[in-house]
Amino acid sequence: MTKKTDVIIIGAGPVGLFAVFELGLLDLKCHLIDILDRPGGQCAELYPEKPIYDIPAWPSISAQGLVDKLMEQIAPFHPEFTFNRMVSSLEKLEDGGYRVTTDEGETIEAKGIVIAAGGGSFQPKRPPMPGIEAYEGKSVFYSVRRMEDFRGHDLLIVGGGDSALDWTLNLQPIANSLTLVHRRPEFRAAPDSVNKMYALHERKELGFEVGQVTALTGTDGQLESATVKGPDGPVEIRCTRLLPFFGLTMKLGPIAEWGLNLHENLIPVDTEKFETSIPGVFAIGDINWYPGKLKLILSGFHEAALMAQAAKRIANPGERIVFQYTTSSTNLQKKLGVA
Amino acid sequence: MTKITYIAHDGSKFEVEAENGSTVMENAIRNAVPGIEAECGGACACATCHVYVDEAWAEAVGEPEPMEEDMLDFAYDVRPSSRLSCQIKVRDELDGLVVRVPERQA
Repeated sequence: MTKKTDVIIIGAGPVGLFAVFELGLLDLKCHLIDILDRPGGQCAELYPEKPIYDIPAWPSISAQGLVDKLMEQIAPFHPEFTFNRMVSSLEKLEDGGYRVTTDEGETIEAKGIVIAAGGGSFQPKRPPMPGIEAYEGKSVFYSVRRMEDFRGHDLLIVGGGDSALDWTLNLQPIANSLTLVHRRPEFRAAPDSVNKMYALHERKELGFEVGQVTALTGTDGQLESATVKGPDGPVEIRCTRLLPFFGLTMKLGPIAEWGLNLHENLIPVDTEKFETSIPGVFAIGDINWYPGKLKLILSGFHEAALMAQAAKRIANPGERIVFQYTTSSTNLQKKLGVA
Repeated sequence: MTKITYIAHDGSKFEVEAENGSTVMENAIRNAVPGIEAECGGACACATCHVYVDEAWAEAVGEPEPMEEDMLDFAYDVRPSSRLSCQIKVRDELDGLVVRVPERQA
Protein backbone atom coordinates (compact mmCIF):
# COMPACT_ATOMS: atom_id res chain seq x y z
CA MET A 1 0.00 0.00 0.00
CA THR A 2 1.26 3.44 -0.86
CA LYS A 3 1.67 5.76 2.11
CA LYS A 4 0.87 9.45 1.72
CA THR A 5 2.33 12.42 3.48
CA ASP A 6 2.95 16.10 2.81
CA VAL A 7 6.73 16.07 2.48
CA ILE A 8 9.21 13.24 2.12
CA ILE A 9 12.65 14.00 3.52
CA ILE A 10 15.45 11.86 2.18
CA GLY A 11 18.07 11.65 4.91
CA ALA A 12 17.53 11.84 8.67
CA GLY A 13 20.68 13.73 9.57
CA PRO A 14 20.59 16.93 11.63
CA VAL A 15 19.39 19.08 8.72
CA GLY A 16 16.67 16.61 7.65
CA LEU A 17 15.50 16.47 11.26
CA PHE A 18 15.35 20.24 11.64
CA ALA A 19 13.39 20.48 8.39
CA VAL A 20 10.62 18.54 10.19
CA PHE A 21 10.44 21.41 12.67
CA GLU A 22 10.26 24.20 10.10
CA LEU A 23 7.77 22.30 7.91
CA GLY A 24 5.79 21.30 11.00
CA LEU A 25 5.29 24.93 12.03
CA LEU A 26 3.66 25.36 8.62
CA ASP A 27 1.41 22.33 9.25
CA LEU A 28 3.23 20.02 6.85
CA LYS A 29 3.60 16.37 7.89
CA CYS A 30 6.92 14.71 7.16
CA HIS A 31 8.15 11.22 6.46
CA LEU A 32 11.91 10.66 6.65
CA ILE A 33 13.77 7.84 4.93
CA ASP A 34 17.34 6.92 5.83
CA ILE A 35 19.71 4.09 4.97
CA LEU A 36 20.98 3.91 8.55
CA ASP A 37 19.02 2.17 11.29
CA ARG A 38 18.57 5.32 13.41
CA PRO A 39 18.35 9.10 13.06
CA GLY A 40 21.40 11.37 13.04
CA GLY A 41 23.23 10.64 9.78
CA GLN A 42 26.96 11.33 9.94
CA CYS A 43 26.61 12.74 13.46
CA ALA A 44 25.35 9.40 14.71
CA GLU A 45 27.37 7.13 12.45
CA LEU A 46 30.77 8.80 12.16
CA TYR A 47 31.40 10.87 15.25
CA PRO A 48 28.65 10.54 17.91
CA GLU A 49 30.97 11.38 20.80
CA LYS A 50 32.85 14.25 19.15
CA PRO A 51 31.99 17.73 20.35
CA ILE A 52 30.65 20.30 17.87
CA TYR A 53 31.52 23.91 18.73
CA ASP A 54 29.66 25.93 16.10
CA ILE A 55 26.01 25.28 16.87
CA PRO A 56 24.62 28.67 17.91
CA ALA A 57 24.09 28.92 21.68
CA TRP A 58 25.76 25.55 22.31
CA PRO A 59 29.39 26.31 23.17
CA SER A 60 29.98 22.57 22.94
CA ILE A 61 27.59 19.72 22.20
CA SER A 62 28.35 16.12 21.24
CA ALA A 63 27.12 15.04 17.82
CA GLN A 64 24.80 12.46 19.38
CA GLY A 65 23.66 15.08 21.90
CA LEU A 66 22.68 17.36 19.03
CA VAL A 67 20.70 14.56 17.37
CA ASP A 68 18.93 13.74 20.65
CA LYS A 69 17.99 17.41 21.12
CA LEU A 70 16.69 17.67 17.55
CA MET A 71 14.57 14.54 18.05
CA GLU A 72 13.15 16.15 21.19
CA GLN A 73 12.49 19.41 19.34
CA ILE A 74 10.59 17.75 16.47
CA ALA A 75 8.65 15.28 18.64
CA PRO A 76 5.50 17.50 18.70
CA PHE A 77 5.22 17.08 14.92
CA HIS A 78 5.22 13.25 15.04
CA PRO A 79 7.39 12.64 11.99
CA GLU A 80 7.36 9.16 10.52
CA PHE A 81 10.61 7.34 9.87
CA THR A 82 11.58 4.55 7.52
CA PHE A 83 15.05 3.32 8.43
CA ASN A 84 17.40 0.85 6.71
CA ARG A 85 16.13 1.93 3.32
CA MET A 86 17.63 3.75 0.38
CA VAL A 87 15.36 5.74 -1.91
CA SER A 88 15.97 4.18 -5.29
CA SER A 89 13.62 6.17 -7.53
CA LEU A 90 11.65 9.38 -7.70
CA GLU A 91 8.76 9.94 -10.11
CA LYS A 92 6.50 12.88 -10.76
CA LEU A 93 2.79 12.13 -10.53
CA GLU A 94 0.07 13.57 -12.72
CA ASP A 95 -1.50 15.43 -9.80
CA GLY A 96 1.76 17.36 -9.40
CA GLY A 97 3.02 15.30 -6.45
CA TYR A 98 5.84 12.82 -6.24
CA ARG A 99 6.25 9.14 -5.51
CA VAL A 100 9.45 7.65 -4.12
CA THR A 101 10.26 3.96 -4.11
CA THR A 102 12.71 2.39 -1.67
CA ASP A 103 15.20 -0.36 -2.45
CA GLU A 104 12.75 -2.77 -0.79
CA GLY A 105 9.94 -1.69 -3.07
CA GLU A 106 7.89 0.39 -0.60
CA THR A 107 6.26 3.47 -2.10
CA ILE A 108 5.43 6.79 -0.46
CA GLU A 109 3.74 9.77 -2.09
CA ALA A 110 4.01 13.41 -1.14
CA LYS A 111 3.44 16.92 -2.39
CA GLY A 112 7.09 17.86 -2.04
CA ILE A 113 10.47 16.20 -1.73
CA VAL A 114 13.40 17.38 0.38
CA ILE A 115 16.78 15.84 -0.32
CA ALA A 116 18.83 16.19 2.86
CA ALA A 117 21.17 13.32 2.10
CA GLY A 118 24.44 14.91 3.25
CA GLY A 119 27.41 13.19 1.65
CA GLY A 120 25.10 10.61 0.11
CA SER A 121 23.98 7.29 1.44
CA PHE A 122 26.18 5.16 3.62
CA GLN A 123 27.26 2.05 1.80
CA PRO A 124 29.72 -0.72 2.70
CA LYS A 125 33.27 0.19 1.86
CA ARG A 126 34.82 -1.95 -0.86
CA PRO A 127 38.03 -3.37 0.57
CA PRO A 128 41.28 -2.86 -1.33
CA MET A 129 41.43 -6.36 -2.88
CA PRO A 130 42.29 -6.41 -6.58
CA GLY A 131 39.52 -7.76 -8.82
CA ILE A 132 36.94 -8.03 -6.01
CA GLU A 133 34.23 -6.45 -8.23
CA ALA A 134 34.00 -9.66 -10.28
CA TYR A 135 32.91 -11.66 -7.24
CA GLU A 136 30.48 -9.16 -5.70
CA GLY A 137 26.95 -10.48 -5.38
CA LYS A 138 28.08 -13.98 -6.39
CA SER A 139 30.54 -15.08 -3.73
CA VAL A 140 31.50 -11.79 -2.05
CA PHE A 141 28.81 -10.15 0.12
CA TYR A 142 28.90 -7.03 2.26
CA SER A 143 26.01 -8.02 4.49
CA VAL A 144 24.18 -11.14 5.57
CA ARG A 145 20.53 -10.99 4.56
CA ARG A 146 19.84 -14.72 5.06
CA MET A 147 22.17 -16.87 7.14
CA GLU A 148 21.05 -19.98 5.22
CA ASP A 149 22.82 -18.67 2.10
CA PHE A 150 26.10 -19.31 3.90
CA ARG A 151 25.37 -22.81 5.19
CA GLY A 152 27.93 -25.44 4.22
CA HIS A 153 30.32 -22.88 2.71
CA ASP A 154 33.98 -22.28 3.40
CA LEU A 155 33.68 -18.77 4.78
CA LEU A 156 36.27 -16.05 4.94
CA ILE A 157 35.36 -13.06 7.08
CA VAL A 158 37.62 -10.01 7.06
CA GLY A 159 37.52 -7.18 9.58
CA GLY A 160 37.93 -6.35 13.24
CA GLY A 161 34.74 -4.64 14.32
CA ASP A 162 31.45 -5.87 15.74
CA SER A 163 29.98 -6.86 12.36
CA ALA A 164 32.96 -9.08 11.57
CA LEU A 165 32.99 -10.70 15.00
CA ASP A 166 29.21 -11.09 15.32
CA TRP A 167 28.93 -12.80 11.94
CA THR A 168 31.94 -14.96 12.71
CA LEU A 169 30.19 -16.24 15.84
CA ASN A 170 26.76 -16.56 14.19
CA LEU A 171 27.88 -18.28 11.01
CA GLN A 172 30.56 -20.55 12.48
CA PRO A 173 28.03 -23.27 13.52
CA ILE A 174 26.54 -23.58 10.01
CA ALA A 175 29.64 -23.05 7.88
CA ASN A 176 31.72 -25.93 6.54
CA SER A 177 34.77 -23.97 7.64
CA LEU A 178 35.30 -20.38 8.75
CA THR A 179 38.42 -18.24 8.80
CA LEU A 180 38.58 -14.77 10.26
CA VAL A 181 41.25 -12.41 8.95
CA HIS A 182 42.19 -9.18 10.70
CA ARG A 183 45.16 -6.86 10.30
CA ARG A 184 46.21 -7.23 13.95
CA PRO A 185 45.42 -9.39 16.98
CA GLU A 186 43.50 -6.52 18.70
CA PHE A 187 39.86 -5.92 17.79
CA ARG A 188 37.45 -3.00 17.92
CA ALA A 189 34.59 -5.38 18.69
CA ALA A 190 32.96 -6.08 22.07
CA PRO A 191 35.52 -7.90 24.27
CA ASP A 192 33.03 -10.70 24.95
CA SER A 193 32.76 -11.54 21.23
CA VAL A 194 36.53 -11.41 20.87
CA ASN A 195 36.96 -13.85 23.77
CA LYS A 196 34.39 -16.21 22.27
CA MET A 197 36.20 -16.08 18.93
CA TYR A 198 39.57 -16.86 20.52
CA ALA A 199 37.99 -19.75 22.47
CA LEU A 200 36.64 -21.26 19.23
CA HIS A 201 40.01 -20.75 17.64
CA GLU A 202 41.72 -22.57 20.50
CA ARG A 203 39.35 -25.52 20.04
CA LYS A 204 40.29 -25.40 16.34
CA GLU A 205 36.66 -24.75 15.39
CA LEU A 206 37.61 -21.73 13.31
CA GLY A 207 40.71 -20.29 11.71
CA PHE A 208 42.16 -16.91 12.58
CA GLU A 209 44.88 -15.22 10.54
CA VAL A 210 46.56 -11.90 11.22
CA GLY A 211 47.17 -10.09 7.96
CA GLN A 212 45.62 -8.38 4.96
CA VAL A 213 43.96 -10.06 1.99
CA THR A 214 46.09 -9.24 -1.06
CA ALA A 215 44.64 -11.46 -3.79
CA LEU A 216 41.51 -13.43 -4.68
CA THR A 217 41.39 -16.48 -6.94
CA GLY A 218 38.34 -18.02 -8.59
CA THR A 219 36.42 -18.41 -11.83
CA ASP A 220 33.22 -16.80 -13.13
CA GLY A 221 32.63 -14.89 -9.93
CA GLN A 222 32.96 -18.01 -7.78
CA LEU A 223 35.67 -17.57 -5.22
CA GLU A 224 38.08 -20.46 -4.62
CA SER A 225 40.78 -19.02 -2.41
CA ALA A 226 42.28 -15.85 -0.97
CA THR A 227 45.88 -14.90 -0.27
CA VAL A 228 46.51 -13.38 3.13
CA LYS A 229 49.77 -11.54 3.67
CA GLY A 230 50.68 -11.83 7.32
CA PRO A 231 53.79 -11.28 9.42
CA ASP A 232 55.15 -14.72 8.39
CA GLY A 233 54.56 -14.28 4.68
CA PRO A 234 51.60 -15.11 2.44
CA VAL A 235 49.08 -17.83 3.33
CA GLU A 236 46.55 -19.31 0.91
CA ILE A 237 43.07 -19.82 2.38
CA ARG A 238 40.42 -21.93 0.64
CA CYS A 239 37.07 -20.16 0.64
CA THR A 240 33.82 -20.13 -1.31
CA ARG A 241 32.26 -17.08 0.33
CA LEU A 242 33.90 -13.85 1.45
CA LEU A 243 32.34 -11.32 3.81
CA PRO A 244 34.47 -8.15 4.12
CA PHE A 245 33.51 -5.68 6.85
CA PHE A 246 35.47 -2.49 6.22
CA GLY A 247 33.00 0.06 7.50
CA LEU A 248 30.87 2.49 5.56
CA THR A 249 31.51 5.18 3.03
CA MET A 250 29.18 7.74 1.50
CA LYS A 251 28.02 7.58 -2.12
CA LEU A 252 25.54 9.78 -3.94
CA GLY A 253 23.84 6.60 -5.16
CA PRO A 254 20.59 6.55 -7.15
CA ILE A 255 20.02 10.32 -6.67
CA ALA A 256 22.42 10.77 -9.59
CA GLU A 257 19.87 9.11 -11.89
CA TRP A 258 16.83 11.22 -11.04
CA GLY A 259 17.44 13.75 -13.78
CA LEU A 260 18.56 16.53 -11.43
CA ASN A 261 21.25 18.91 -12.56
CA LEU A 262 24.44 18.10 -10.66
CA HIS A 263 27.58 20.06 -9.88
CA GLU A 264 30.46 17.74 -8.93
CA ASN A 265 28.12 15.27 -7.22
CA LEU A 266 26.27 18.09 -5.44
CA ILE A 267 22.82 19.41 -6.26
CA PRO A 268 22.71 23.07 -7.32
CA VAL A 269 19.88 25.05 -5.75
CA ASP A 270 18.77 28.67 -5.62
CA THR A 271 19.26 30.53 -2.36
CA GLU A 272 15.69 31.74 -2.03
CA LYS A 273 13.87 28.41 -2.01
CA PHE A 274 16.69 25.85 -2.09
CA GLU A 275 14.85 24.22 -4.95
CA THR A 276 16.64 21.91 -7.41
CA SER A 277 16.25 21.89 -11.18
CA ILE A 278 13.02 19.92 -10.63
CA PRO A 279 10.24 22.13 -9.18
CA GLY A 280 8.94 20.80 -5.87
CA VAL A 281 12.18 18.94 -5.18
CA PHE A 282 14.37 20.76 -2.68
CA ALA A 283 17.92 20.04 -1.50
CA ILE A 284 19.31 21.25 1.83
CA GLY A 285 22.43 20.63 3.88
CA ASP A 286 25.74 19.20 2.71
CA ILE A 287 24.31 17.75 -0.50
CA ASN A 288 23.40 21.08 -2.11
CA TRP A 289 25.55 23.67 -3.80
CA TYR A 290 25.23 27.39 -4.43
CA PRO A 291 27.80 30.19 -4.66
CA GLY A 292 29.33 30.66 -1.22
CA LYS A 293 28.02 27.36 0.12
CA LEU A 294 29.51 26.26 3.45
CA LYS A 295 28.99 22.68 4.58
CA LEU A 296 27.96 23.62 8.10
CA ILE A 297 25.07 22.23 10.12
CA LEU A 298 24.00 25.78 10.94
CA SER A 299 23.81 26.66 7.22
CA GLY A 300 21.63 23.60 6.71
CA PHE A 301 19.27 24.81 9.44
CA HIS A 302 18.88 28.17 7.71
CA GLU A 303 18.29 26.43 4.39
CA ALA A 304 15.58 24.28 6.02
CA ALA A 305 13.70 27.38 7.23
CA LEU A 306 13.66 29.05 3.82
CA MET A 307 12.90 25.83 1.98
CA ALA A 308 9.88 25.26 4.23
CA GLN A 309 8.25 28.50 3.05
CA ALA A 310 8.58 27.42 -0.58
CA ALA A 311 7.43 23.86 0.15
CA LYS A 312 4.33 25.27 1.88
CA ARG A 313 3.41 27.24 -1.24
CA ILE A 314 3.64 24.05 -3.28
CA ALA A 315 1.75 21.88 -0.80
CA ASN A 316 -1.04 24.38 -0.14
CA PRO A 317 -1.12 26.75 -3.12
CA GLY A 318 -2.96 29.99 -2.55
CA GLU A 319 -2.89 29.70 1.22
CA ARG A 320 -1.58 32.86 2.87
CA ILE A 321 1.55 32.29 4.96
CA VAL A 322 1.64 34.48 8.04
CA PHE A 323 5.12 35.01 9.39
CA GLN A 324 5.14 34.29 13.12
CA TYR A 325 7.57 33.94 16.02
CA THR A 326 7.46 30.89 18.29
CA THR A 327 8.07 33.23 21.23
CA SER A 328 4.83 35.15 20.77
CA SER A 329 2.48 33.21 18.53
CA THR A 330 -0.13 31.17 20.41
CA ASN A 331 -0.87 29.44 17.14
CA LEU A 332 2.69 28.14 16.81
CA GLN A 333 2.86 27.36 20.52
CA LYS A 334 -0.23 25.14 20.17
CA LYS A 335 1.52 23.20 17.44
CA LEU A 336 4.50 22.77 19.73
CA GLY A 337 2.21 21.60 22.52
CA VAL A 338 3.23 24.38 24.93
CA ALA A 339 0.16 26.62 24.81
CA MET B 1 57.13 27.28 11.85
CA THR B 2 57.86 23.63 11.29
CA LYS B 3 58.84 22.19 7.93
CA ILE B 4 56.97 19.15 6.64
CA THR B 5 57.70 17.35 3.39
CA TYR B 6 54.94 15.34 1.75
CA ILE B 7 55.98 12.90 -0.95
CA ALA B 8 53.05 12.11 -3.24
CA HIS B 9 52.63 8.63 -4.70
CA ASP B 10 54.15 9.76 -8.01
CA GLY B 11 57.26 10.96 -6.17
CA SER B 12 56.54 14.68 -6.35
CA LYS B 13 57.57 16.60 -3.24
CA PHE B 14 55.58 19.22 -1.38
CA GLU B 15 57.45 21.26 1.21
CA VAL B 16 55.22 23.07 3.60
CA GLU B 17 55.74 25.48 6.50
CA ALA B 18 53.31 24.34 9.16
CA GLU B 19 52.14 26.05 12.28
CA ASN B 20 52.65 24.20 15.56
CA GLY B 21 49.42 22.81 16.94
CA SER B 22 47.88 22.25 13.51
CA THR B 23 47.69 18.71 12.14
CA VAL B 24 49.70 17.13 9.35
CA MET B 25 46.39 16.51 7.54
CA GLU B 26 45.28 20.16 7.75
CA ASN B 27 48.54 21.32 6.21
CA ALA B 28 48.21 18.81 3.38
CA ILE B 29 44.69 20.02 2.57
CA ARG B 30 45.66 23.70 2.87
CA ASN B 31 48.51 23.13 0.43
CA ALA B 32 46.57 20.84 -1.92
CA VAL B 33 48.83 17.82 -1.50
CA PRO B 34 47.33 15.21 -3.82
CA GLY B 35 46.12 11.91 -2.37
CA ILE B 36 45.02 13.15 1.05
CA GLU B 37 41.24 13.21 1.11
CA ALA B 38 40.26 13.69 4.76
CA GLU B 39 36.61 12.96 4.04
CA CYS B 40 35.52 13.34 7.66
CA GLY B 41 37.37 16.59 8.21
CA GLY B 42 39.72 15.38 10.91
CA ALA B 43 37.39 13.53 13.27
CA CYS B 44 39.44 10.32 13.10
CA ALA B 45 36.40 8.74 11.53
CA CYS B 46 37.28 7.78 7.97
CA ALA B 47 40.91 6.72 7.37
CA THR B 48 41.23 8.79 4.19
CA CYS B 49 44.20 10.90 5.35
CA HIS B 50 46.45 7.85 5.67
CA VAL B 51 50.22 8.48 5.33
CA TYR B 52 53.43 6.53 5.83
CA VAL B 53 55.82 8.22 8.23
CA ASP B 54 59.42 8.16 7.02
CA GLU B 55 61.46 5.65 9.04
CA ALA B 56 63.82 8.30 10.37
CA TRP B 57 60.81 10.08 11.92
CA ALA B 58 58.95 7.07 13.31
CA GLU B 59 60.18 7.55 16.86
CA ALA B 60 59.61 11.31 17.00
CA VAL B 61 56.08 10.96 15.64
CA GLY B 62 55.21 8.12 17.97
CA GLU B 63 52.59 5.38 17.97
CA PRO B 64 48.91 5.79 17.11
CA GLU B 65 46.33 5.91 19.91
CA PRO B 66 43.96 2.89 20.07
CA MET B 67 41.15 4.83 18.35
CA GLU B 68 43.42 5.72 15.44
CA GLU B 69 44.70 2.14 15.29
CA ASP B 70 41.06 1.00 15.02
CA MET B 71 40.41 3.43 12.19
CA LEU B 72 43.55 2.30 10.36
CA ASP B 73 41.78 -1.05 9.86
CA PHE B 74 39.85 0.69 7.09
CA ALA B 75 42.88 2.09 5.29
CA TYR B 76 44.49 0.70 2.15
CA ASP B 77 47.82 -1.15 2.36
CA VAL B 78 48.51 -0.53 6.04
CA ARG B 79 52.16 -0.84 7.10
CA PRO B 80 53.96 -0.50 10.42
CA SER B 81 54.74 3.13 9.51
CA SER B 82 51.06 3.94 8.80
CA ARG B 83 49.43 6.87 10.56
CA LEU B 84 46.34 8.99 10.03
CA SER B 85 47.71 12.45 9.37
CA CYS B 86 44.78 14.14 11.15
CA GLN B 87 46.09 12.64 14.38
CA ILE B 88 49.67 13.94 14.08
CA LYS B 89 50.02 17.35 15.68
CA VAL B 90 52.77 19.59 14.34
CA ARG B 91 55.37 20.51 16.99
CA ASP B 92 59.01 21.67 17.16
CA GLU B 93 60.41 18.14 17.38
CA LEU B 94 58.86 17.31 14.02
CA ASP B 95 60.74 20.05 12.11
CA GLY B 96 61.85 18.36 8.88
CA LEU B 97 59.22 15.56 9.06
CA VAL B 98 58.82 13.49 5.92
CA VAL B 99 55.59 11.59 5.17
CA ARG B 100 54.62 9.60 2.10
CA VAL B 101 51.14 9.47 0.59
CA PRO B 102 49.91 5.94 -0.23
CA GLU B 103 48.86 4.81 -3.69
CA ARG B 104 45.27 5.49 -2.76
CA GLN B 105 43.06 6.16 0.21
CA ALA B 106 40.59 3.42 1.11
